[in-house]
Amino acid sequence: MFDPEHAEIRFGCGLSPRIAPVASVPDMLARLKGPDTAARRFDIPSLEAFRPEALKFKALQDAFYFTKNPAEKAEAKKAFQAGSKVMRHQAYRWFGQMILRRALGEDGMRERLMAFWADHFTAQGRDIISRTVQIIYVEEAIRPHVSGRFADMLKAAITHPLMLIYLDQHRSIGPNSRAAKRKPEKKRGLNENLARELLELHTLGVGGPYTQDDVRQLAELLTGLRFTVEDGFVFVPARAEPGAETILGKSYGGDTPALSDIHAVLEDLAAHPATARHLVQKLAVHFVSDTPDPALVDAMTARYRDTGGDLHEVYAEMLNHPAAWDFTRRNVKQPIDFMGSSLRALDISPRHVQRVRPGKILVNLVTPLTLMGQQWARAPGPDGWPEEDAQWITPQRLAARLQWAMDVPFRLRRVLPDPRDFVGTALGRDAPEAVRFAASAAENRAEGVGLVLASPAFQRM
Amino acid sequence: MKSRSRRNFLSNGLALGCSLAASPLFTPMTFASAPWENRLVVIILRGGMDGLDVVRPVGAPEFADLRAHALDDGGHDLDGFFALHPALGGLMPLWQEGDLGFVHAVSTPYRDKRSHFDGQDILEAGSGEASAGRIRDGWLNRLLQNVPGAHAETAYAIGRADMLLTRGAARIADWSPDAALSLSPQAERLLETVMHDDPLFRDAVTEALTLSAADVAEANGQDESDDGDTMGGMQNMMQKARSGARPETIASFAAKRLRGDTRIAAFSLNGFDTHARQRAGLPRALDQLQKAILTLKQELGPVWGKTAVVAMTEFGRTARVNGSGGTDHGTAGAMVLAGGAVRGGRVVSDWPGLDEAALYNRRDLLPTRDLRAHTGWMLRGLFGVEAQLLESTVFPGLDLGGNPGLIL
Repeated sequence: MFDPEHAEIRFGCGLSPRIAPVASVPDMLARLKGPDTAARRFDIPSLEAFRPEALKFKALQDAFYFTKNPAEKAEAKKAFQAGSKVMRHQAYRWFGQMILRRALGEDGMRERLMAFWADHFTAQGRDIISRTVQIIYVEEAIRPHVSGRFADMLKAAITHPLMLIYLDQHRSIGPNSRAAKRKPEKKRGLNENLARELLELHTLGVGGPYTQDDVRQLAELLTGLRFTVEDGFVFVPARAEPGAETILGKSYGGDTPALSDIHAVLEDLAAHPATARHLVQKLAVHFVSDTPDPALVDAMTARYRDTGGDLHEVYAEMLNHPAAWDFTRRNVKQPIDFMGSSLRALDISPRHVQRVRPGKILVNLVTPLTLMGQQWARAPGPDGWPEEDAQWITPQRLAARLQWAMDVPFRLRRVLPDPRDFVGTALGRDAPEAVRFAASAAENRAEGVGLVLASPAFQRM
Repeated sequence: MKSRSRRNFLSNGLALGCSLAASPLFTPMTFASAPWENRLVVIILRGGMDGLDVVRPVGAPEFADLRAHALDDGGHDLDGFFALHPALGGLMPLWQEGDLGFVHAVSTPYRDKRSHFDGQDILEAGSGEASAGRIRDGWLNRLLQNVPGAHAETAYAIGRADMLLTRGAARIADWSPDAALSLSPQAERLLETVMHDDPLFRDAVTEALTLSAADVAEANGQDESDDGDTMGGMQNMMQKARSGARPETIASFAAKRLRGDTRIAAFSLNGFDTHARQRAGLPRALDQLQKAILTLKQELGPVWGKTAVVAMTEFGRTARVNGSGGTDHGTAGAMVLAGGAVRGGRVVSDWPGLDEAALYNRRDLLPTRDLRAHTGWMLRGLFGVEAQLLESTVFPGLDLGGNPGLIL
């Protein structure tokens, strides 16, 4: 059952020499319900706050793209490139804040849940601005809801501008809408991408109880979801398909398109038993084991249904179930978990990340993640990162973890802990004898620390 | 010395008598007979290679208008109608020997939107446009999923790029020569100790160290000094990763695997998105391709005779040159074929012509055939893959059509 060290390793961001582990399951749940202290301490701006900067950059970008005169174009290019650099550095800074929350936050489980749900609702940009916005999307649409109702997170994620761009919803338009009729020569129409992923990935799951007709009808209902650079998300009735749509046998909407009809279908999809099963299975695989105990999945699914998709209740069920604490089968940490928990064990200080040149964040943290196989904010597709341990521990990806563990702690901190003490700091009282031996037999501190971080005991959770 | 330290590691491993025996690289399973004798190398050319500039239809009356510069920069005549870009001149001996060929005026089913991301996804997924983004594994992986006797070493994905082509349920080995670990001998020995009881980690680290040792010895010819200094290892790894492993290094690694148990190797080359000053940019990209092919030929030795190399790209480029001396995203393009198993010395094409009415949307070379059909026929010719499997699973929805006879 509950064990403070196991709780931090499996459900949190790992052990820290500075921060006491959680005391009990009720303590873990209370922290999740409590104020978001990590976000306050390591802040990331809202889309609202970032907008002026984004607009300024967009002006530089447009000037570069649309200038024809060669001399002016060269100038515009220079300004655009300087602007791109500022944007990139901005993104590295926010990445630094995100990793510091893992290293120094009091509520590791919140950070892990945020990563889990951000992956569930993967949305990524394809240009400089939308790529920069990715971390803001997670901050705004995902983070506030990780311990709330799933339906609320669903609504926030599906209507966020980044999701609308990523899954082409902003291009989708009702074939019989006023906007389509006004300019028939443009032959604009429906795009089913978001509707399909919404059923397949976000709610019911692959092989769930829906048909191509449900996808089509949902795509029609979702028309009208849009955003503008000035206002963010907007619902545009003129682009929406008029008339009612039938999804999973229920009728939504009428002659006057309304956002409330879209919210209604999202509520119903969130409450669907297939959604409960799909989400709970994913949670159990992510947090407990690639092959979770079916009894655990059943209990969590029942709680999801009984509470109308209250995620906090679902976590409570998981944390109170004995199968969640079986430490014989352990998942491999994903690269971001590996890096975050390493920095936590190393007791990194905010200045090691905040007060260095952005290029250092790139070299020490962002690029190594790519080499470990998890390029930041660039999951391979809308289905996010793989869960299977074997996908992460290939020779090439493991080599990048090992090289990082041996080199980067020293380059970040300069002063490293005694490897013999670090074993206990990083692994707790379960530290295997072989790792204790390796840490004491290493040629120097960097390698000793590196060997502890490289050990499967540390790389599993 | 680096290589010696790795040999130490390996012999220590053997002395311990457990880890190496358990590694997939060293188990008898791995040396079980491979499902095929022939070899295939798939090269993804990223950015949209301009087929009209690489394999130039100089015999077409409209070509001079569209591409004036391409008539006087030293291209090599191929068959009287087509000429080869001068930057691939080093491959002409292969053409004369029948070890080099081309397929022209082909494309994936992707049309009109001309995005690199979607175009590459469709190329690597091997899917039709209707299923764009729906298929989440690559055609090479789906092929492997359906081959009895295929094992982890049968196919190798080489390089840092995460390729959709090889992603999926079948285990495909991956390695990038620039991923080579640089650790002190003592650290290597101790790694063995800490990994010992976890098969997943133990096997991966053993392979990583073995591959690193081989890379260092082969790629460098001589060893750098390695006095237990690991401080620069990650930096080296990242610097190399940023610039990307050189095509010769990647091809050399591929050849080494293909001389052994590996039957399929895949990697990608960048730099074909030539929107401006194509005369300067395209030769750089083609030089990489040429080096990769020549390295493969040289290092495969006798295995070259059983090998087919196919290089393909997400789309071709516009027929006309744009205002910046480049070309923009288009539709049909060319495939490059090489190897002793290829029936070369030909440009295979149902040539659509270049007059404006013959162009796709009056701007791009018109695709006259799906490049998946050529790829499918290659898989059939090399490995005897059933047509039904190709049309239903590897390239779902494809009509293979007639055999273009690309494989000897």
